[in-house]
Amino acid sequence: MTTELEFERPIRELKDKIAELQSFMKEKDIDLTEEITRLEEKLNNLENETYEHMKPWDRVQIARHAERPTTLDYISYLFTDFIELHGDRLFADDEAIVGGIAMYEDLPVTVIGHQRGKDTKENIRRNFGMPHPEGYRKALRLMKQAEKFNRPVICFLDTKGAYPGMSAEERGQSEAIARNLVEMAGLTVPIVCIVIGEGASGGALGIGVGNHVHMLENSWYSVITPEGAASILWKDATKAKLAAESLKITAPDVKELGIIDEVIEEVKGGAHRDPKEQAERINVVLKASLQELLKLSKEELVEQRYEKYKNMGQFTFVNDSIGVN
Amino acid sequence: MLKDFFSKNAKKKKYATIPTAKIKHDVPEGLMSKCPECKHIMYTKELKKNLLVCQSCGYHYPMNSYERINSLLDEGSFIEYDKEMISDNPLNFPGYLEKLEGDRKKTQLNEAVVTGEGTINDFPLVIAVMDSRFRMGSMGSVVGEKITRAIEKAVEKKLPFIIFTASGGARMQEGILSLMQMAKTSVALKRLSENGQLFISVMTHPTTGGVSASFASVGDYNFAEPGALIGFAGRRVIEQTIRQELPEDFQTAEFLFKHGQLDKVIKRSELKETLTKVLKIHAGGRE
Ligand SMILES: [Zn+2]
Repeated sequence: MTTELEFERPIRELKDKIAELQSFMKEKDIDLTEEITRLEEKLNNLENETYEHMKPWDRVQIARHAERPTTLDYISYLFTDFIELHGDRLFADDEAIVGGIAMYEDLPVTVIGHQRGKDTKENIRRNFGMPHPEGYRKALRLMKQAEKFNRPVICFLDTKGAYPGMSAEERGQSEAIARNLVEMAGLTVPIVCIVIGEGASGGALGIGVGNHVHMLENSWYSVITPEGAASILWKDATKAKLAAESLKITAPDVKELGIIDEVIEEVKGGAHRDPKEQAERINVVLKASLQELLKLSKEELVEQRYEKYKNMGQFTFVNDSIGVN
Repeated sequence: MLKDFFSKNAKKKKYATIPTAKIKHDVPEGLMSKCPECKHIMYTKELKKNLLVCQSCGYHYPMNSYERINSLLDEGSFIEYDKEMISDNPLNFPGYLEKLEGDRKKTQLNEAVVTGEGTINDFPLVIAVMDSRFRMGSMGSVVGEKITRAIEKAVEKKLPFIIFTASGGARMQEGILSLMQMAKTSVALKRLSENGQLFISVMTHPTTGGVSASFASVGDYNFAEPGALIGFAGRRVIEQTIRQELPEDFQTAEFLFKHGQLDKVIKRSELKETLTKVLKIHAGGRE
């Protein structure tokens, strides 16, 4: 059974009530059809109300749902012949990022993504999907390999951020991310990025510079986690809910800010309720993206990425400068 | 000498280990200035003549953007770009416009970076200098756009590009737009690099977060000033994550140098000379 989130409780309560009436009706042989129909209608409305008008914080909860499909789940639905490739050839294999080669229908591709664990044991192995520099360097190695063999790159973003640890700093976390941004900018094959869960900070962007960038409806993408923002802005991590609202981190908000291309609609209640169906919805958008991008030449792909990112930002001008000189 | 200072006074609190949030700008004002490190008192005039470096202990006071430009560029050579660009409030973040206005008044700057072109010992270049007095030097849309435009100018004019970073990281109040400035500056730097043009990064105190994890770290040459705080994650965040105390010199320029992240830590007094050498070599040895 799917773990219920707090904001979903009224739905479950109503469902329980309907089930109760149904069994009561059977048991006592009383006709309660009318009452049940009325409640079912109410349930339908409540579900629509709840899932169609989800607050940012509700979406954050769904994005963090323990059963939410991960990169490897989507790889299993979307691709065939996947072979995972390991290691950065410099230090280690970081299991917080997975990557490899596969077939996407009849197209060879390289797939890379943040990978969090499904349980505590796996999460420890995968460092909760928070990469070290070697993760970004593995990703870069695979991207350069994709470029050599002219394969499109598909990246799944799902991280609370790059790991903030001593060893990560010693091995150049900043440089590893920075290098990826620059190299992804110049990659001569199509790059399609999809935020599938959480997308925080440079840790997400480190595999996120694409020709097309899409987000699942209940994923979030932000300069920092809501908790991190709250603690910096208001010195109070418990104000994360407020930060999630103020920072405009939901897929519809990020789309409105002109940062992403498509919001991929989720299964009602969230991707975890039907991962296979969710993968199919990703498939539709991914296919359209690749069809469009495969028409572009190497130069056009780099140029398209340049224009895309060049246009991000909002600023204005003063008439009289007040600066000194 | 500086090295000696570090080892001899190992127990004393170092400016380099001040947590990001507490970074103070002991910008010397008044007739006399007291070094925040060794308490040595100097005439402010003398201190400024000494490039804002303590004569006694070698502490590098923070330098603002125009002081930096004046200390490096040939007199009268600087032409500023996009001086009138200012921030908007794209997320309608409460209080953001007031904070910007306050910093504009306080610093007489329009934003946290000054860009333009000029010459260093007659070598022409495009330069960007971040200023940590304005919103902690954080990068929002304006900082990203000004730097990107400066890089584009360097491409257009076939000039080297040099940046002095000083930043607490991303501009929270601009959310995801702030994050995307990392990508924006990167696409521009890639074009500069593909053209075979020179990019020098000089990291000054402090260079952290999103700025550290983008242009600051990918110079053809990565330099830093002594004692500068440089790192991806904040010290406090790391300590909370790993539940372990960090070494005293953690995330200083010297720490990064030791771990192979920097080409050279350069004292301010030797900066102009070193940069001139690099520019000369890249000009094929021509003076
Ligand atoms: Zn001193």
